[in-house]
Amino acid sequence: MTYAEVFRAEWGQVVATLIRMTGNWELAEECAQEACAAALERWPRDGVPDKPGAWLTTTARNRAIDWLRREAVGAAKLQEVAAMTYEPETPAYDVPDDRLRLMFTCCHPALAMEARVALTLRTLAGLSTAEIARAFLVGETTMSKRLTRAKQKIQNAGIPYRVPPAHLLPERTPAVLAVLYLLFNEGYSDVTRGTLTEEGIRLARLLVQLMPDEPEAAGLLALMLFHDSRRSTRLSPDGVLITLDEQDRTRWDSALITEAEHLLDRTLQRRSPGPYQVQAAIAACHAIARTAADTDWPQIAGLYAQLPQTPVVALNRAVAIGMADGPAVGLALVDQLAAGSLAGYHLLPAARADFLRRLDRRTEAAAAYREAAELATTDADRSYLEKRLAEVSVQS
Amino acid sequence: MKYLLMIAGDESAAEHANDGCGGWSEEMVERGVVTGGAGLYPPTEATTVRVRENELLLTDGPFAETKEQIGGFVLIDCADLDEAIEIAAKHPAASYGTIEIRPVLEPPPGVV
Repeated sequence: MTYAEVFRAEWGQVVATLIRMTGNWELAEECAQEACAAALERWPRDGVPDKPGAWLTTTARNRAIDWLRREAVGAAKLQEVAAMTYEPETPAYDVPDDRLRLMFTCCHPALAMEARVALTLRTLAGLSTAEIARAFLVGETTMSKRLTRAKQKIQNAGIPYRVPPAHLLPERTPAVLAVLYLLFNEGYSDVTRGTLTEEGIRLARLLVQLMPDEPEAAGLLALMLFHDSRRSTRLSPDGVLITLDEQDRTRWDSALITEAEHLLDRTLQRRSPGPYQVQAAIAACHAIARTAADTDWPQIAGLYAQLPQTPVVALNRAVAIGMADGPAVGLALVDQLAAGSLAGYHLLPAARADFLRRLDRRTEAAAAYREAAELATTDADRSYLEKRLAEVSVQS
Repeated sequence: MKYLLMIAGDESAAEHANDGCGGWSEEMVERGVVTGGAGLYPPTEATTVRVRENELLLTDGPFAETKEQIGGFVLIDCADLDEAIEIAAKHPAASYGTIEIRPVLEPPPGVV
């Protein structure tokens, strides 16, 4: 591991511990930063310590104590400093709860979604403000303000720094999962922002480790791994989307698929299903099909029926039923959805176009592909739809 | 932490004006988290005051003509935002109106 990799791996733990000790988010980040700078000076000379995380935490803590001593004015402050000075050396590092505490606090529903996402990436994943700004296509100043505002709100509004008590977990855990899934999806839907996919997986792994009894955390990680196993086959060399049925399945990452399958099997045995486990099960159906034709579409349609019927889920379900029962059935179902809230969503005309193409109604298919291409939000999707459009146009 | 719960609703909330709080007040006083509060007459009874260049400007009505108007307030003192949310969510007005939770600005040490 390079120093930078060590810092990234340990950052969340260092910051999480320092926030618990000082209650000051800005100070925690600054001291973590200083500890990394100190490591860059010391480690090349003295070698990397056995427990680099503990070394960084202790160094950051000492910086925080120095700072608080300098700033301490009232007796209360001095007491705070005294309490920190007596913090036992080792247990402070090995308590895993701090990172979980940080995760729940960053994802508190009293914060706006975009603030939760940014804060999670900054404090827990250790991305720099500039990196986060790039990933979300906003200026660095904007992102910096967003982060500052979020930290201020946590402090001023009294958002507690803790893992919520058991009775709040059922409503708070989905908020954490939603942030991690959003991170993953932002990166997955746009390959140029792939860092976000990696961070989503890294944080989901951490959550599974910290909440081993939460089936939906494992479900989410399995879902991410199934999707990620297809990463290298999703685009042609010139950046055109390749759909599931045309991907080179021999190049899917079998190690990731195996890991995801084990994870999902173990989790499903708990018999406490939830939307992430169901979505992972759908992804598993695709992952284990040796060819596109082997895909168990009736099973997939059944699984979609178990999810909350949002318009997007309804569309996916219609597609699965169409794949199982034939394009005429699929087209009728997709057409029923056309009037609803999916207007403007490119995958709706794309699904219509696909069924029309299979029914050999080329003129209508071309019109639908054209509509979908105009609505597509990424270049990869647009190029794919234009390729299809050209195919049905040439043959007609 | 101290918070102000501002209880707001649209015109239809007026029909709840004399509902009482269905045991909420008793529970919260018992818990020792309520430090003050009251229900209010509707915004039609409001008078707005401004002083500009030593001139007193009075207006009949609330300071903002919004659909939702404040109908009451409660001052609470509790552990953190999670407890404040729990207290607000239990208030009967949360089921038909809106409750805004605002942390109270604590004066810096030395300022009374």
